[in-house]
Amino acid sequence: MADELIFRPVAEVAALLDAKKISSVELLRAFVARKQAVDGRVQAFNSLDEAGALALAAASDARRAAGQARGPLEGIPVGFKDVIAVEGQPLTCSSRMLANFVSPYDATVTAKLKAAGAIPFGRLNMDEFAMGSSTENSAFGVTANPWDLTRVPGGSSGGSAAAVAAGEVPLALGSDTGGSIRQPAALCGLVGLKPTYGLVSRYGLAAFASSLDQIGTLAHTVEDAALLLGAIAGHDAHDSTSFKAEVPDYRAELAKRQGPWRLGVPKEFFGAGLDPEVGAAVKQAIEFYRSAGCAIKPVSLPLSAEYAIAVYYLIATAEASSNLARYDGIRYGHRSKAATDAIDIYAKSRAEGFGEEVKRRIILGTHVLSSGYYDAYYLRAQKVRTLIRGEFLRVFRECDALLSPTSPTAAFKIGEKSADPLAMYLSDIYTIGVNLAGLPGISVPCGFTGGGLPIGLQIIGQPFQEGALLAIARAYEQAHAWHTKHPALT
Amino acid sequence: MKYEAVIGLEVHVQLRTASKMFTRVAAGYGQPENTLTDPVVLALPGALPVMNKEALDKIIKAGLMLGCDIAPVCKWDRKNYFYPDSPKNYQISQYDQPICRRGAVEIELPGPARNIMGEHKKIPLTRIHLEEDVGKLTHGAHESLVDYNRAGTPLMEIVSEPALHSADEAFAFLTVLRLTLVQGDVSDCDMEKGQLRCDANISIRPVGETKLGTKVELKNLNSISFVRDGIAHEIRRQTAVVEGGGTIVQETRQYDGEAGTSTAMRSKEMAHDYRYFPDPDLMPVKVDDAWLAAIRATVPEGLFDRQRRYLEQFQLPYTLTAVLVPQLPLGVFFEAAARLCGKPQAAANWIANDLQRELTAAHLVLAGSKIKPAHVAGLVQLVETGVISNNIAKEVFVEMFATGELPEAIVGRKGLQQSTDTGELEKWVADAIAANPKAVEGFKTGNEKALNAIKGAIMKASAGKANPQLVDEIVRKQIG
Repeated sequence: MADELIFRPVAEVAALLDAKKISSVELLRAFVARKQAVDGRVQAFNSLDEAGALALAAASDARRAAGQARGPLEGIPVGFKDVIAVEGQPLTCSSRMLANFVSPYDATVTAKLKAAGAIPFGRLNMDEFAMGSSTENSAFGVTANPWDLTRVPGGSSGGSAAAVAAGEVPLALGSDTGGSIRQPAALCGLVGLKPTYGLVSRYGLAAFASSLDQIGTLAHTVEDAALLLGAIAGHDAHDSTSFKAEVPDYRAELAKRQGPWRLGVPKEFFGAGLDPEVGAAVKQAIEFYRSAGCAIKPVSLPLSAEYAIAVYYLIATAEASSNLARYDGIRYGHRSKAATDAIDIYAKSRAEGFGEEVKRRIILGTHVLSSGYYDAYYLRAQKVRTLIRGEFLRVFRECDALLSPTSPTAAFKIGEKSADPLAMYLSDIYTIGVNLAGLPGISVPCGFTGGGLPIGLQIIGQPFQEGALLAIARAYEQAHAWHTKHPALT
Repeated sequence: MKYEAVIGLEVHVQLRTASKMFTRVAAGYGQPENTLTDPVVLALPGALPVMNKEALDKIIKAGLMLGCDIAPVCKWDRKNYFYPDSPKNYQISQYDQPICRRGAVEIELPGPARNIMGEHKKIPLTRIHLEEDVGKLTHGAHESLVDYNRAGTPLMEIVSEPALHSADEAFAFLTVLRLTLVQGDVSDCDMEKGQLRCDANISIRPVGETKLGTKVELKNLNSISFVRDGIAHEIRRQTAVVEGGGTIVQETRQYDGEAGTSTAMRSKEMAHDYRYFPDPDLMPVKVDDAWLAAIRATVPEGLFDRQRRYLEQFQLPYTLTAVLVPQLPLGVFFEAAARLCGKPQAAANWIANDLQRELTAAHLVLAGSKIKPAHVAGLVQLVETGVISNNIAKEVFVEMFATGELPEAIVGRKGLQQSTDTGELEKWVADAIAANPKAVEGFKTGNEKALNAIKGAIMKASAGKANPQLVDEIVRKQIG
C-alpha cells in the first residue's frame, strides 16, 4: 500500500482521502517512512518537523470527518524549498548565514497552502540562496539525483526535485530565477512549472533576484502541477509586483483547452552544446505534436540565444548584491564570534556565513552597480532584457507556445562542473530567457538517455496563459508513459 | 576683503502618516523599543515593501504648497550602504526622478522694528523626494543598541538651491517651511522628536565673485536656533581660515549647539558609492491628473498669501497678522469671528491678545478650548454698542473662556451692562467728590489729571458699570 501511495498522482490520492480509504495521517506516515528509508542517500531534506506535520495531518483528518475538507489539497503533504518562509520552521536558504534562523511568519504561498488544507512537509535542500544549477552550493551537503546517486539533481531547487522524484513527498514548491525549477525537474524526470512573473506572490520567498524570482511547482504529473498552482496563484497585497489577474481553475483548463496549437521551435535552442540524446528526445516530442495536428513553426530568438546568459548574470547579480545586504549578523543570522565592531561584524560574519558562489555573485553584482559601470553594465543589460522580451512576444504573435530542450544535457556527475562556474551557468541556457521575459515555462519528462537518465522538454507559454501551457504539456503526457517511471533507488 | 556666504539646506521631514512607508506597522514616537516592527521593518528574509499611498499623497501636497512640479510617475530606487540603523542595508529612496522638482519657499527677513514687515525673498528649491527613515542607535561603553521603531517612517528630503546668504535667511527659511508643512497637515515638524532635521552646505566667496567656494556640510543642527547659530559660527570659522591665509577643506562637520563649536567628521575622500538602481520590488506609480486635482483641493492658502490678504482685506496692522498667520487655526477662527461681528480689527485684537494669553495660561490649544468665534464676535458687539465697557469686556472674556458661556448671557446674568441711570450716577459722583477733596482742589487749580482719582473711585463704587462718558460729564458739572 505504502509504495503504491507514494508515487500516486495527488489527484488520485485526494480521491482516496475523500473516499476515506486512507487517512491523511496514514499518508503522511508513508512519506515519513519513505524519507527515513531513502533520504540518507538522496539527502533532499535539510530538516523535517515530523511531529508538527503529523499534528496538521490529524487536524486535516478531523476537518474531513466533520465535512469541512478544504479542497483537493486537503491533507496532502507539500515540500518546501528551504527559501520559502513557514512560520515556526527553519528558513536556512541552505546557507551557514541562516543555519539557525527560524521564520516568525508565513510566506503568502504558505498561508494559501495552509488555507487549502495542505501540510508543509520538510525543508528541502537547494543551492545556497538559490544560486546554482546543481545543489552542490549548499552549506549542508550535496543532494543526489535519485536516478543515479553519483549525479546532481540539478538546481537550485534540487532538493525539491529529488524529494518528489524519490517519492519522499508528492509535491514540492521551488523557486525559479533562471531555470531553478525546470532544470532540476528535467534532470529528475518531473513536471516543473515556473509561472509568469507576478502570478504567484513572492512575499516570504527569500529574494535572490527580485525581478526574476518566481515560486513554482514540482510534481509527478501535469494535473498535480495544475492543482498546486491553483492553490498558490493570485494577487497579493504584500507583493507590489504581484499581478491583479483572475486565477482560473487550472485543472478545469486542462479539459477545456484543446489543440491543435501553433507551436514554435526556436532554432537557436538546438545548436552547439546540446547533447545529441537530449536533442533527439526533444525532436521526437516535437514530432508527436506535429502528428497530433499541431502546426510546428520554426522560429528564431537570436538575442535570447546570444545575450540571455550575459544579461542574466548582470541583472541577477546586481539585484542579489543588494538583496543579500540584509544578511549582516546584526538582527539575526550568523554573527562572527571574532568580530569587534559593526564593520567587523559585517565583514567577518559575511565572510564566514556565505559560500563561494554567493560571494562571487555579490562581488560581481556590486561591481555591476558601481559608479562609472552602471550605464555600461546594468542599464545596458536592462535594455537588452527589454529587447529579449520583445523578441519572445513577437514570436508569440504566431505561436501559442514554444518547444525546446529544458537543459542541454541530462544530469551530470557530482563535482563535474563545480570547478567551472561558466560551464555551470551554461546549463541554464534554454531556461534563462524565459525569466528575463517574465514568461511561464514548464518542463515535462520526454524520455531517458541510454544510461537511464531523465530528459526534459521545455514548453514556454504566453504571459498568464498557464492554462494553455498546462494543457499543451498534458497532451504530451497523456500520450506517453515517462511520468509513470520512478527511480529504483537500490 | 568682504565675503558673502552661500548656503544650501537639506531638510529631512517625517511625514505624519498612520503607518510606515512600506508596511502596515504604525509609525509613531515614544513607544517601547522595537515594538513598531514587523518582517518588513526588520528586513527578514522574504519580506517585501508595499508603498503607503498616504505618504505619497502628503509629499505631493507639500510639493503643491511649495509650487513644485510634480513628476507624472513616482519611481523608487535603492541607495545601498551598510549601517546598523538600516535594516536592509539599503534605503528605498528616489534618485534620478524625485517626485517634486523646483518650487520655492518664500521667506521674510527680520524688519527694522517688530511692528514693521521685513524684506521678502523666494528661496528656490532643487527637489523634494520621498524615502524611509532609519532606526536609532544608542551607544554604550561596550555595546551599541538599535531601536527600529523609527526605521521605515516616511521621510521627505527637501533640498534648497544654494541661494541663502545668511544665518538669518536660513532661520527664516526653516521657520516658514515648518509652518507651511504643519498647516498643510503634512508633518508635525517637532524637532525634539526628530521629525524635522536639517543639514547645511556652507561656503564663502569674495563679494562679487560668482563661482562657488569649497563647501562644508554642517550636520546635527537639531533645532532651528542651532541652525542659525551653527551657520553663523561656520561662516565666521571659514572667514577666519581664509583671512588667515588658509584654504577651506571640503568636509562634513558636526555642530555642537550647547558648546557653540564644530568638529570635522569626515572628508570628501571617504564619500560613499551608493550604487543606486531602480528597486525591483516596487513598481513605478503613475500620478494622474485626477489624483493631483484631489490633492490640490486640500492645499491650504499660502502663509504669506494669507498675511497679504489680512493686511489688505481686513486692514489689520502688521503686528496682528504676525500673530494670526503662523497659526492656521487661529486665522480660521479670526476670519469666522470677523465675519460674524463685522469688526475684523477688534476681533483680531481680542484673538491675538486675550485669547492667546488665556490659551497659554491654560496650556490649551485652540481646538481644546470652549471658545468659539461666536463668543468673540458677541463680545465685540457688546463693546461696540456700548453695552459694556472695554474693562468689563476683559472680565467677561476670562469668564467665557473658562465656562464657554456666551458673553451676552454672562453680562445679563451678572448685570454687567453699563449704567446710564443718571440718578445712580449722580449719587456715585457726589460720594466720590466728597471722599476726595484733595483731587477736587487739584482739578480746580488746573490739574486735569486729578480728575482720574475721582473717576477711579466712581468706577470702583459702580463695579465698572458706570458709563465713562456720562461720568465725565457729571463730574465736571458737579465740581464746576
